[in-house]
Amino acid sequence: MASKDSDDAQAPVPAALKILVAGGFGAGKTTMVASVSEIAPLSTEEVMTEASYGIDDLSGVESKTTTTVALDFGRITINEQLVLYLFGTPGQERFWFMWEELSEGALGAVVIADTRRLETCFASVDFFERRGVPFVVAVNCFEGAHTYEPDEVREALSLNPAIPVVLCDARERESAKNVLLTLVNRVVEQMAA
Amino acid sequence: MQAHNGSSPEERPHDLPQRDVVGGYDEESVDDAGPLVRPYVIAQGRDHADTVQLDMISVVIAAKRAEVDEMALEPEQLRILELCRRPQSVAEVSAHLDIPVAVVKVLLSDLLNRGLALARAPYTAKSPVSRDVLQAVLDGIQRL
Repeated sequence: MASKDSDDAQAPVPAALKILVAGGFGAGKTTMVASVSEIAPLSTEEVMTEASYGIDDLSGVESKTTTTVALDFGRITINEQLVLYLFGTPGQERFWFMWEELSEGALGAVVIADTRRLETCFASVDFFERRGVPFVVAVNCFEGAHTYEPDEVREALSLNPAIPVVLCDARERESAKNVLLTLVNRVVEQMAA
Repeated sequence: MQAHNGSSPEERPHDLPQRDVVGGYDEESVDDAGPLVRPYVIAQGRDHADTVQLDMISVVIAAKRAEVDEMALEPEQLRILELCRRPQSVAEVSAHLDIPVAVVKVLLSDLLNRGLALARAPYTAKSPVSRDVLQAVLDGIQRL
């Protein structure tokens, strides 16, 4: 062991923040995480309890069931004090129970909209609206997919006019960065409001 | 085809489906949406004497000057300490060592109680981020 270790003060433990990246299957969640993460996206299996589904207290524990779900996530080291994690969140309604746990304490969420199957993001929008989690809608512009104006997507989603809708290419780092910056700015806005 | 314009309505495959708003955005209710409050409070990060409450993104680091009695630990715990020379989240430890999150939490909990590792709870609705933190996040993303 290096002798200089004995003089070193304990390094501070950074605090973590998380942003959720939600959307339907194949909408580009993991692609977006990968394009901004400093590490190749990791996958972990989390055992989630379904007890919290649809109820507000924990009185239903006797009927809880557990499900194992694989989660993909990436990491952005902000500075020595701060690490940001991006979690790809399965968008299907049957995973709602999991969103409860994942969304707790989340800074905000990106809902990736795939206009070929826009309805696959409805559940995510509903969830974040109801929970008051700040979010932005990122319309992933797939090659060959017909694109729609952000306003058309906004209208189809019946969004609060304050919620940003941005076009993006989840494969491009600059584009994904722009989505994240839009989200964090939205959080700042909401905080000031 | 240019992504942002040029597609006339008639050449589209279908109209976008319309989401029904159910209990979601409602202009009147925006102001009194209320704060996010967790249904339970984790006091000092512990729920009882020897179990440390860890989140998926609790960040863990091996204690620097701790004396490690290797015989007293599980091999997986030694691997965790090795990995956590640099700060890692519970989720990262799980992914890197291919150990389920729930098991990582138990192993880590023991390391924390032995003073061999330190953990920091993530920001939650109970400890919301400050403006400075948000600015740091913006700067960090910008630098990518």
